[in-house]
Amino acid sequence: MGYGSAQVDEHGHGPQSFWTKYVWSQDHKVIAVQYSITAIAVGLVALVLSDLMRLQLGFPGKFAFIDANRYYQFMTMHGMIMVIYLLTALFLGGFGNYLIPLMLGARDMVFPFLNMLSYWCYLLAVLILISSFFVPGGPTGAGWTLYPPQAILPGTPGMDWGIIVMLVSLVVFIIAATMGGLNYVTTVLQARTRGMTLMRMPLTVWGIFVATILALLAFPALFVSGVMMLLDKCLGTSFFMPAVVSMGQHLGHQGGSPLLFQHLFWFFGHPEVYIVALPAFGIISDLISVHARKCIFGYRMMVWAIIIIGGLSFVVWAHHMYISGMHPYFGFFFATTTLIIAVPTALKVYNWTLTLWRGDIHLTVPMLFAIGFISTFLIGGLTGLFLGNVSVDIPLSNTYFVVAHFHMVMGVSPVLAVFGGIYHWYPKVAGRMFHEGMARLHFWVTFLGAYLIFFPMHYLGILGMPRRYYAYDNYAFIPSSAQELNAYITVVAIIVGLFQLLFIFNLAWSRFHGKVADGNPWRAASLEWTTPDTPPGHGNWGATLPVVYRGAYSYGIQDGDSDYIPQNVGPEQIEEGAAQPAHHPAEGRTI
Amino acid sequence: MGLALALVLIVGATVIFHLVSPWWQTPIASNWAEMDAALGLTMIITAVAFIVINLFIAYMLVRFRHRDGVRASPEHGNKKLEWWLVAATTVGVAALLAPGLSVYAKLIAAPDQAQLVEVLGQQWQWHFRLAGKDGKMGRSDVRFVSAGNPYGLNPDDPDGQDDVLVEGQELHLPLNRPVKVLLRSQDVLHDFYVPQFRTRMNMVPGMMTTFWLTPTVAGRFEVLCAQLCGVGHPNMRGYVVVEDEASYQKWLAAQPTLAAPAARPAGGAGQAAMADAADPGRQGRLLAQARGCAACHSVDGSAGVGPSWKGLYGRTEPMSDGSTVKVDEAYLRESIVTPQARVVKGYPPVMPTPTPPFSEADLAALVAYIKTLHGGGAP
Repeated sequence: MGYGSAQVDEHGHGPQSFWTKYVWSQDHKVIAVQYSITAIAVGLVALVLSDLMRLQLGFPGKFAFIDANRYYQFMTMHGMIMVIYLLTALFLGGFGNYLIPLMLGARDMVFPFLNMLSYWCYLLAVLILISSFFVPGGPTGAGWTLYPPQAILPGTPGMDWGIIVMLVSLVVFIIAATMGGLNYVTTVLQARTRGMTLMRMPLTVWGIFVATILALLAFPALFVSGVMMLLDKCLGTSFFMPAVVSMGQHLGHQGGSPLLFQHLFWFFGHPEVYIVALPAFGIISDLISVHARKCIFGYRMMVWAIIIIGGLSFVVWAHHMYISGMHPYFGFFFATTTLIIAVPTALKVYNWTLTLWRGDIHLTVPMLFAIGFISTFLIGGLTGLFLGNVSVDIPLSNTYFVVAHFHMVMGVSPVLAVFGGIYHWYPKVAGRMFHEGMARLHFWVTFLGAYLIFFPMHYLGILGMPRRYYAYDNYAFIPSSAQELNAYITVVAIIVGLFQLLFIFNLAWSRFHGKVADGNPWRAASLEWTTPDTPPGHGNWGATLPVVYRGAYSYGIQDGDSDYIPQNVGPEQIEEGAAQPAHHPAEGRTI
Repeated sequence: MGLALALVLIVGATVIFHLVSPWWQTPIASNWAEMDAALGLTMIITAVAFIVINLFIAYMLVRFRHRDGVRASPEHGNKKLEWWLVAATTVGVAALLAPGLSVYAKLIAAPDQAQLVEVLGQQWQWHFRLAGKDGKMGRSDVRFVSAGNPYGLNPDDPDGQDDVLVEGQELHLPLNRPVKVLLRSQDVLHDFYVPQFRTRMNMVPGMMTTFWLTPTVAGRFEVLCAQLCGVGHPNMRGYVVVEDEASYQKWLAAQPTLAAPAARPAGGAGQAAMADAADPGRQGRLLAQARGCAACHSVDGSAGVGPSWKGLYGRTEPMSDGSTVKVDEAYLRESIVTPQARVVKGYPPVMPTPTPPFSEADLAALVAYIKTLHGGGAP
């Protein structure tokens, strides 16, 4: 199985210079790492912004440089970076790029050049976004939802330059995501190796695959709304702008609809939640199955749940708009669809827990994060039942309950899936193990910190504290204890924020000093662990492509040396008793 | 083991937190107790799911933890169990949805006899209008909005002549009478939010939105804006006073109408004059609160959208055009009447021209108030 780097195969995966290997690379694995590093770097910016916001909320007025303008700018940039430039990019561009070809037995994405272009467009979008900190007036402070008319009118920070830069960056990002997305979908449909039927694909691939389809269908809505708002802002058109009197001035707009923007935005925005959630669902399914040594419970149902959730995610968007002033009858429809989507989602939670039942649970670092994901996703999903149910939502909308809900369900839980996934696949990517102690400490601080920060916020929301407030001076209905709670939340948030540096340090340090990793340290059955080299070389598979004989979850085997069968092991190999390559001992692994 | 313990502790801590939390719904002051009931039911059903699933996971983490020589079960699913779980979840979801939708059906059906109240949002203040004796609201349009006509009322519409245009940021409502609130905005999105009323709605420029309620508790309630409307958003404040019919009628009679704008109650002015002698800034302070100035200008030196008024008078300020100005009475007056004329460096030129314009007496009171805000220790 030796695959010398000097060999050239018929697919052009030949020798490369430093520049073509690491910079202008068309190798999906290098592009995945580029995507991930860029996303994590810009995510760190968003993390700092969140702690700056917390400083103002916890200790109002104590930090003079955080004035109201800056507070709203930090808030807007934090939200946009986390949702789009970190999570979307990391799940699709990072995990999708790395795992799709390896899990499906392909040599690369089907359009490697387009893949490279996708990354460079993404990087450009990030640079444009960051540049808005340096334009006159700074970045936009319109809130990450960018609602017009406010986003482009005086009274909102960054209404001159920041909003334009933001919209241009989003347009470039969508171009990048579309190039990447077409590639992922085509690769899944066309480049699976022999035997890899759709119903044998790991759930990670299913999650990313369906999320990518959602992205291809949903992002165009954001694209057109971005272009229309740019026209309203720069050319004075009136797509979203009715006749208004802004700061005493009559503007020339007429006939536009702020609600039209909200519909377009959330037609994108709600599928976006699942663009982030579905890959996380997939990753968690795989982590739980591998580390509990048990077949995922109800694989077919898990696949269908992903597909059904993906489909339903396009008919629930207006639950973000119950108090927007849209036709009130919409409330009946969207509350019903929203609560229906809870059923397949709940089934996924049940099946994860039932996978643990009678399992052989190894509480490895990835498994810790997977369990942490289930717990935080559970509370985030359950609070969604409050906000999806129209008359329960009305008193809670735009309060801290909403902040707590979406941070749990699409902040904390996907990020825990990201961490779990990175720790799980790090040995394959880096060829070395991460530092176990640092990783465990990182888990405990992050997981417990998430509860300490966000759980009490639900109650501030039930009290009625509105979100997106720079300060809460002298409101009689808010007891002074709420301010003490906010100070406590800020302290915890800063500690949790600092501990994320430990994660980055661990990845960097282990890259050079970690224990050299076995090709399959978790004894996992899916295809990416069977590459001839670790890390896999360009072209992934050496001279011959693997052949797949079974699904990705053959764990819990009762007889023989091993409790699992890799996907590429055929029936005749099992009969010969050679199910395991000799260097993969089934037992003798700690934990 | 540690994780199982952590999950059990999380469940215990969240339940205790829920029971002892001093943060819970404000006492309800409207007819929408059913909304609270729906929320309470949702809380119970979701709490049960949260507790059961977390504890179940904790149990399995202990029961099925790795032991040498023990392998996982080969089972890979159970169709029957899955369908039972789907069915049970569907029942639970329906149990939440049914009461939720039935309350919602009432929420969107305002009674015909409801009193009409219009709330107009403007960055960052509220305007309130009531139908006059004819029971009809005069027509309005953004193109009529001017400094003297913040509502954009059509001056030629006879229905509008007797409309009551409430002065200041305080609206009064009669107890136990249904109110249909008509919401408009002249600039950006706002949201008329009184936590104790539970129901509310966004205000959207270019269209009218509504909600309705019956106030059931007398008192003075805070009005907040609950839809981000720019930097002044957190201080877009007002009040709703719910009172008995007699008090309400008395208040109503004292409010100006479109046809008779300057009807300020004589008694009130006399009292104010007496109070002013003891507290020279009083009139100005009330004005600053009523007209929304306080949304952006603090009086304690803290950072805001505009310069703090504390110690402002007499200070030399750099202007955005590079010049400097000593803040005297003339500069204060200019900055109130024509805010964009000379803007202090470092602040965005976003202050609206006051609508309606301040009278000479109000202007003098406001300037007098700002003068009283000495800088304390500041130079």
